[in-house]
Amino acid sequence: MDIHEYQAKEMLKRFGVNVPRGGIAYSPEQAVYRCSELSGDKWVVKAQIHSGARGKAGGVRICSTEEEVSDAAQWMLGRKLVTHQTGPQGKLVSRLYVEEATSIAQEIYLGFVMDRKEERVVVVASAQGGMEIEEISENEPDSIIRSVVDPAVGMQSFQAREIAFSLGLEAPLIPQAVKTIMGCYQLVSETDANMVEINPLVVTAAGEIVALDAKLAFDDNALFRHPDISELRDKSQEDPRETYAGDRGLSYIGLEGKIGCIVNGAGLAMATLDMIKMSGGEPANFLDVGGGASPERVLKSFKAVLNDRNVEAILVNIFAGINRCDWIAEGVILAVKELDLKMPLVVRLSGTNVEEGMKLLAESGLNITTASSLAEAADKVVGAWKASQNDLAEAS
Amino acid sequence: MAIIIDKDTKVLVTGFTGRIGSFHAQDMINHGTNVVGGVTPGKGGTTHLGLPVFNTVKGAVAETGAELVVSFVPPPFAADSIMEAADAGIKTCVCIADGIPAQDMIHVKRYMRRYKSQNRMRLIGPNCAGIITPGQAFAGLMPPHIYKPGRVGIVGRSGTLGYEAASQMSERGIGVSSSIGIGGDPINGSSFKDILELFEADPETDAVVLVGEIGGPQEAEAAEYIRDHMTKPVAAYIAGLSAPKGRRMGHAGAIVSAFGESAQEKVDILQEAGVTIVPTPSSFGEVVEKMVA
Repeated sequence: MDIHEYQAKEMLKRFGVNVPRGGIAYSPEQAVYRCSELSGDKWVVKAQIHSGARGKAGGVRICSTEEEVSDAAQWMLGRKLVTHQTGPQGKLVSRLYVEEATSIAQEIYLGFVMDRKEERVVVVASAQGGMEIEEISENEPDSIIRSVVDPAVGMQSFQAREIAFSLGLEAPLIPQAVKTIMGCYQLVSETDANMVEINPLVVTAAGEIVALDAKLAFDDNALFRHPDISELRDKSQEDPRETYAGDRGLSYIGLEGKIGCIVNGAGLAMATLDMIKMSGGEPANFLDVGGGASPERVLKSFKAVLNDRNVEAILVNIFAGINRCDWIAEGVILAVKELDLKMPLVVRLSGTNVEEGMKLLAESGLNITTASSLAEAADKVVGAWKASQNDLAEAS
Repeated sequence: MAIIIDKDTKVLVTGFTGRIGSFHAQDMINHGTNVVGGVTPGKGGTTHLGLPVFNTVKGAVAETGAELVVSFVPPPFAADSIMEAADAGIKTCVCIADGIPAQDMIHVKRYMRRYKSQNRMRLIGPNCAGIITPGQAFAGLMPPHIYKPGRVGIVGRSGTLGYEAASQMSERGIGVSSSIGIGGDPINGSSFKDILELFEADPETDAVVLVGEIGGPQEAEAAEYIRDHMTKPVAAYIAGLSAPKGRRMGHAGAIVSAFGESAQEKVDILQEAGVTIVPTPSSFGEVVEKMVA
């Protein structure tokens, strides 16, 4: 789960990390009022969306007058910002963060990740901050410092000192840098964050170390023990199709194609998407219906798939282990009837109770195409979808 | 035996008396698995499915000599159940739970290093379908009837995709020595390489099918091992060729976040190591048949 920059900064502050003073604003008037609260003569207006690279999309503006602040707020609020992380549909700006401007002497990159090779938390730092980490590792690979944390004892001060000195920081800055690094690690271990990225962490002209931007992501599997963090979820930043499905307990990911998919098991679901692509189609979604799926759950899955208006054909692919093909078939029949489904539908069933399932589908009298293998199912659904497109073209 | 489990392996079920644990324990018993009992704290001294229930794994090991634990404990408590098994001297723990926090798994992996490598428990999973030696025994939740006994090993992250491979092989009369699900989590127990080492050393396995997916470094690590150390032929399929970068595809670990983690990159790395690539999820049967011919 991602949270906004201003929420991340609030949390970092609680763990002893310096952040610029600032306040949230939902309107241009509030943004201007924040400036008067902060006083000073330079402010930064920052669009709060769940994405990096906001600056390039116009989502970060440095302002010297209240008019500029008001104009910037006016321009950002209600706009969908498109970055390379948001996808083409962009993300809606509905809140702004107004901060005092900081005079920067040096920019540092500081990140904490769950490293899959080490199977531990790894600290990644570079004196070449301001660029994205991918750029740093391409352009300045030698500047990257890595430090692995032993989970038995947690991060030690000497490790933080080593990082700080390797960054080339002057001696008087070291205690502040150590406090920042230790604070971030504390946050990771207490909140189940699986990513902390401060980019840039800056040394100000006044010799202070401040987190100028901050990105936190939390382990969804650990949210059960952090209700306070669950509260920070902002559904407006999610794909509405995914919110709909997620709220109904389905593992769903929205994609760009026309062929909706209902599959059991994450691996088989990924493989089904691959197979549709190989057959010349484009999948509209990933959906794992899970184990032991009841007819009602299958109906829910159809609703989630059809909630995407782009869907023009559906493929159901089930290899039943703990599932039962007869339950799946009942669910499919229920969905076709209840949702008055007219688009091409291909169902492939295999595994537990497959004969009963196929029999139910055959005897239903509904227009359901069946398939016995995954390749056949993918070919049939792509073929039926293309045929339906041709019919539409002829009819018009 | 093939690897890890056979008809004589003494199996203990944790989360035994719960709905899911009971259901699968009964299925395991029905298919010949030597289940010796179960553990549910607070229910020690009772019987369930005709078998003794214990309060602790240590207590169960002392009474039954259990060697393998299959854990159906729910995700918030599953890490604890793995460490309990490790501390009780269990040889293998198969953990089914889908949704264990990554930091809990980091602690589990660190905890297991307390034991010398020769005494260290082998962890399979979490977030896996389990392990099976067809015709003998299984620990997990797979449908045993789709596997034919034979001489090809399967190791994979995904349960259902492993079923797909096994059933396509069965249709062509090709059987399985053992099938091992290593699970879809980013931090897991045994890696592809760990299981390949066992298959390489197993006299009852002639060839191996590896079912990988996007995300993580384990397929690349396996490729290196195959290139340098394996004499038996390996075929591999990688799921997620069409997966967009940075999205988590169902499995917590199925996310492309670094170089070498996309499906195409993994396919290239495995191909270079001499692995036969299964080009589509529908061609497991065909490719394996050619490979073992």
